[in-house]
Amino acid sequence: MEKKYWQSLENYKKMKKDGSLKSEATPEFSIDGLEESEVKGKSSRRDFLKMMGFSVSAVALVSSCQMPVRKAIPLLHRPQELTPGVPNYYASTFYDGDEYCSILVKTRESRPIKIEGNELSPISQRGTTARVQASVLNLYDDARLKNPMKGGKKSDWKTIDKEIKQKLEAFKNDDKKVILMTSTIISPSTKKLISEFTTLYPNVKWIQVDTLSMSGMRKANETNFGKAVIPSYHFENSEVTVAFNADFLGTWLMPVTFSKQYSKGRKIKEGQTKMSRHYQFETNLSLSGANADYRYQIKPSEEAAVLLKLYNEIAKKTGNSVVAAPSVATKVNKVAKDLLNAKGKSLVVSGTNNVEIQLIVNAINNLLGNYGHTIDLNTTVNLKQGNESGMMEAMKTLRSGKAGGVLFYNVNPAYACAHKNKFVKAIKNLPLKVSFSTTMDETAALCDYVCPDNNYLESWDDAEPVTGSFSFTQPTINRIFDTRQFQDSLLTWMGNNEAYSDYLENNWKNGYFAQQSQFSSFDKFWFKCKQDGVYTIPQEHTEQPSFSAAKLTAAKPEGKGLELALYEKISMGTGRYANNPWLQEMPDPITTATWDNYVTVSPAYAKKHGLEQEDVVTINKKIELPVLIQPGQAEGTIGVAIGYGRTSAGKVGNGVGKNVFTLLNTEGNSKKLMGTLVTLEKTSKTYPLALTQTHHVMEGRPIVRETVLSKFVKDPGAGNEEHKKFIESEDFSLYPAPKFDAFQWGLSIDLNSCTGCSNCVISCQAENNVAVVGKEQVKRGRIMHWMRLDRYYSEMEDDPEVLYMPVMCQQCDNAPCENVCPVAATTHSDEGLNQMAYNRCIGTRYCMNNCPYKVRRFNWYEFVNNNSFDYNMNSELGKLVLNPDVTVRQRGVVEKCTFCVQRIQEKKLEAKSQNRELRDGEILTACQQSCPTDAIQFGNLLDKESEVSKSNETERKYHLLESLHTLPSTSYLTKVRNKNA
Amino acid sequence: MYNIKARGVLIEGNKSYHDITRDVTNPLLAKKTPSWWWITAFLATSMLIWGVWGFYNTITVGTGTWGLNNSVSWGWAIINFVWWIGIGHAGTAFSIFLLVLHQKWRTSINRAAEAMTIFAVMAAGMFPLIHMGRIWNGFFVFPYPNTRGPLWDNFNSPLFWDVTAISTYLTASFLFWYVGMMPDFATIRERTTSKIKKAVYNVLSFGWAGSARGWLRFESAALLMGGLTAPLVISVHSIVATDFAAGVVPGWHSTIFPPFFVVGAIFSGFAMVLTLMIIVRKVYKYEQYVTKKHLDAITRVLTFVSLIMGVAYISEIFVAWYSDSPYEMFVFFKNRTVGEYAYSYWAMITFNAIVPQLFWFKKIRSNVAIVFIISILINIGMWYERFVIVVTSLSKTWLPSTWHGYSPTATEIAIYVGTIGFFILGILLFLRFLPMMAISELKGINKETSIVTENTENHE
Repeated sequence: MEKKYWQSLENYKKMKKDGSLKSEATPEFSIDGLEESEVKGKSSRRDFLKMMGFSVSAVALVSSCQMPVRKAIPLLHRPQELTPGVPNYYASTFYDGDEYCSILVKTRESRPIKIEGNELSPISQRGTTARVQASVLNLYDDARLKNPMKGGKKSDWKTIDKEIKQKLEAFKNDDKKVILMTSTIISPSTKKLISEFTTLYPNVKWIQVDTLSMSGMRKANETNFGKAVIPSYHFENSEVTVAFNADFLGTWLMPVTFSKQYSKGRKIKEGQTKMSRHYQFETNLSLSGANADYRYQIKPSEEAAVLLKLYNEIAKKTGNSVVAAPSVATKVNKVAKDLLNAKGKSLVVSGTNNVEIQLIVNAINNLLGNYGHTIDLNTTVNLKQGNESGMMEAMKTLRSGKAGGVLFYNVNPAYACAHKNKFVKAIKNLPLKVSFSTTMDETAALCDYVCPDNNYLESWDDAEPVTGSFSFTQPTINRIFDTRQFQDSLLTWMGNNEAYSDYLENNWKNGYFAQQSQFSSFDKFWFKCKQDGVYTIPQEHTEQPSFSAAKLTAAKPEGKGLELALYEKISMGTGRYANNPWLQEMPDPITTATWDNYVTVSPAYAKKHGLEQEDVVTINKKIELPVLIQPGQAEGTIGVAIGYGRTSAGKVGNGVGKNVFTLLNTEGNSKKLMGTLVTLEKTSKTYPLALTQTHHVMEGRPIVRETVLSKFVKDPGAGNEEHKKFIESEDFSLYPAPKFDAFQWGLSIDLNSCTGCSNCVISCQAENNVAVVGKEQVKRGRIMHWMRLDRYYSEMEDDPEVLYMPVMCQQCDNAPCENVCPVAATTHSDEGLNQMAYNRCIGTRYCMNNCPYKVRRFNWYEFVNNNSFDYNMNSELGKLVLNPDVTVRQRGVVEKCTFCVQRIQEKKLEAKSQNRELRDGEILTACQQSCPTDAIQFGNLLDKESEVSKSNETERKYHLLESLHTLPSTSYLTKVRNKNA
Repeated sequence: MYNIKARGVLIEGNKSYHDITRDVTNPLLAKKTPSWWWITAFLATSMLIWGVWGFYNTITVGTGTWGLNNSVSWGWAIINFVWWIGIGHAGTAFSIFLLVLHQKWRTSINRAAEAMTIFAVMAAGMFPLIHMGRIWNGFFVFPYPNTRGPLWDNFNSPLFWDVTAISTYLTASFLFWYVGMMPDFATIRERTTSKIKKAVYNVLSFGWAGSARGWLRFESAALLMGGLTAPLVISVHSIVATDFAAGVVPGWHSTIFPPFFVVGAIFSGFAMVLTLMIIVRKVYKYEQYVTKKHLDAITRVLTFVSLIMGVAYISEIFVAWYSDSPYEMFVFFKNRTVGEYAYSYWAMITFNAIVPQLFWFKKIRSNVAIVFIISILINIGMWYERFVIVVTSLSKTWLPSTWHGYSPTATEIAIYVGTIGFFILGILLFLRFLPMMAISELKGINKETSIVTENTENHE
């Protein structure tokens, strides 16, 4: 079109009016919203760029995203109770032969991923131990047997059942003895089943074997009270507790229950003037010793003499006759005075498996009138029913040649036995050897048949740990492998086609259901039992059996010679869980060592004999172990942990540490951990020990703040003067104080309640997918635990006081880590959380340097799918334990505690969907939930009524390194010891 | 200005302009590369290859191949980073400060010093890179518009300041160095007989014609860039110092750090220049350009700077005591001076504050061998200074439960050795292909300050 030019303004106006200018300015064919080129069908530069951009990115997308194709088949009919992303909890029971705990199992998409304590249980309440926490990993252990084995080769149930049944029948006809060797069984239904089994096969002799027996106590109670029982203890009623070589907070009998009870007497509030007092007499420094107000070091051989001295002291004051006793240096008059002041409200216990000692303990408790108050002989503890004589008789039978076979359930005598070589020889030529072990352990390896038992999370069972208190085990997952529950195997061999679950149900239907009146229908009753996981028959209060005195004697203490004190580690116990990497890597709360056992010697002994840490010594010229210098080890003694040196545990546990079961003290036909006389020789070798803490004193810094009761009564802020100083003169800033709208999450830790049991460490590891790094990396200071237990000694080298402090991310409001990250990968949330964006982290590690608490952890390697770290995260099976709510971290990023942000989120959403406000105490962090002493409180700091705010109100509250003005959201309450100032 | 009578001539040997041109360009134009060059280059390359292995190992396996741990999260890499940055201060310090101070003796040294800066800063730059846990995401540190929502860098972080300061410094130093070389490239272009070299140097010289207008522009560009670069000398190491000073770690959190680091950097930079020039003047027979009086001048500067260092060390200790903070006191009185790494502290004190004081004696100053040894000791001392700051502080911080030691692994050593190899190789290439001294500037001071002879007319 020809262009028109206007010549004057008049002309322009005219042109504008008649529209000729407009048509000039608009393109010929204009369609609204489309550009010329699009209409014309030509590509413009812009289009070209768009198309190029698209094609380049499309090519990049197609060529770079080589995601492996994994087929997932959705359920055709979704089970009613299963919603992806929503966990289901099942009440169940943990019982492994040694330890009992009532639990809740958290399952996600039908797989168990976490164990919590069952609040409804009167025995264990909400508490757990580290072993209970870690037990979920055993379900996903690569070492588990995947099918029945015959002669070390894969077999099937049909063949095995047929052959075993045949043999059992044959032995029955020939009257050849068959030994059924089990751990202590606390399940009434299983006991009934075994008795039926032995009725059907009268040649079967059932014996219960405990790796660490408590027969001494049972015998003593039989002598004194006519009942061979273990009584219930009530530490909560005890104002003065005296323990002799009994680590009741760590490993002895029922540590969860006892920790809970103990902590009740140890909790202290402002205005309170009383608190229970704890004396510990012991050889090795144990967890209970670490918590004691007064700790006395005694040799194992002195224990009886000291107890007798205590008895005489009390007898003198109460007007009873005194018994002849060997002299011993340890002073007991203070203890005796305190005990007498707390008559009927005191408790004396001993962990030694020695009848003489237990008789003295009973006599003292009787003088103090403790029966019926702190000790209940009518409500008995059913754990540890094993008896050494049973095992000795069995050995006699096995060696006599009259025996035809032996069945092992939940025992491993080829490993955990003082005379294991004799034992191995005795069973070698037996025609039938059957093990029900879940893994090919040392004993199973000797057996012709292995009929692998289910993991307890796949099983049905009941339990009666304490008279009248029942609890139930129910499967939380279908059997992963071709395994069969022990009880089902027995039923099959009895020719009974009933499944054990039915057997169990019927047993309850005909037994306990019939005895109760609360429920009219069995279905309802049984449903309630399964839902609660526990069932209690109220015990009628009856008189304690009368005490009949026995003759008290005590052997003269050994003058010279080195006495060995074996002990159970909180993590490893008797070695059952050697293949559990979480437990292997759990720092021992006393030594902070991981992955090994060692000889603990006192600093004085080390000095005298020129021993350094990590020097290798030989015990009795046979067993080589490294030395760990342990303050608080009694003079003239050494300590070694049992539970190590497994040879057939699996890839993780094999060859970790040394087996010292052969050093058990078997004097007087009872198995005792302590008292064997040994020789120790230094070698020229050294052996590295992986300790997580190598500096043990606080250097005078106000880290763990403590006081004694008398000072606390006068001034609740005693020991916390630093905090006062901080509030008065240092708590100011140039910057505005951080403000939060609805929530400011805070955590409070009562250092007086925390015993240091470390179960929170494992709970946190299970909840947050914390990687196991192995011994070498721990040694190099790279343990990944988000939560750690700092352990400090007071500066007395040979007799230290021990202080514990759980430390996790303090979630500072003025966080030093946040402002140094160049890429803003760690920032502050509007709920006061210090959050980590793993995706954003590039790993400069500046935050780790700048964190004064050193709670940040770096992924030094790829810990997942890496053969160099062959633990659970390197196995398809092991990875099933991972919590889907928590990211698994990549190599090169920094990680740390998040206050279990996934749990906070879950509960917030739950409250939101129910259109209500979040309740205090609804959110439990993993560490808090598993704590047996309720030392940890979590909640909203803005809510003045919340538990955490309340504990922050007290004068005992302080922040770690508060003078730095990091404003942590985590606070601590001072420790108060019940000592004379 | 420069008192000839008192100090003697700047260029000895009664050089003509032609002599200067010839002396500087001949090594570049020589057909045959000397055998010592090949041998050194071979050694340097071997070191570099080991370093490449260190890189490879770190990137493929992980930072775990280093000796670091949860408590000591920075180690050799950061020490070496700061050390190299310090060395990289010499060039700019020479060019700018001495220019401002009218110290004409710098002329025969500044080009080499600037080259040293470039390679040292490049060597330094490798450490923050390889130090990252996820090097493949390293680009996150640059503030560029991205698709990650409002995600931006943290402008509060000293590490981000580092990125900015170092990249600026490297760019500026490079430009300054390059522009200074343009007239010399033209000289080589004119003198070479090889056609390839002619073409290459022609491009490098940007077609420099030597016109009056060209010189005018050149001079003002040099002056402008010099003026702009001068603050960078201060800023770079001040900012590196804030990496530490902005932290809460006892032994780091100190306001003295920025000036203290800058002085330390100049100290180590000068020492490195000394080391290098002593070798070069010997090998290239440049004793008449880099005269003993040059060495004397540098040692005098070092003596003075060493005193500042000494004062800084003493004031650190004083402030720790004066602060009355148990944590600070612990760092100095129980850790650095007597702790497990005390050897490094005393090495630092000895080599940085005490040994250079020997330069007060003229006999020592004039003994080239001793000067050479001391120059190396200073660089070792400065390395230990960084070791003391990084490792002793981190190994024992607030909570004794977290104390952990540190020792480097083969991978870390390999990376360090690799950067030394890289540096040497860079210097060797520089010596072989680029004019080592500014010809025009040398001529300038020759005419001005040398004793005028008849030959002065006799130049090209």
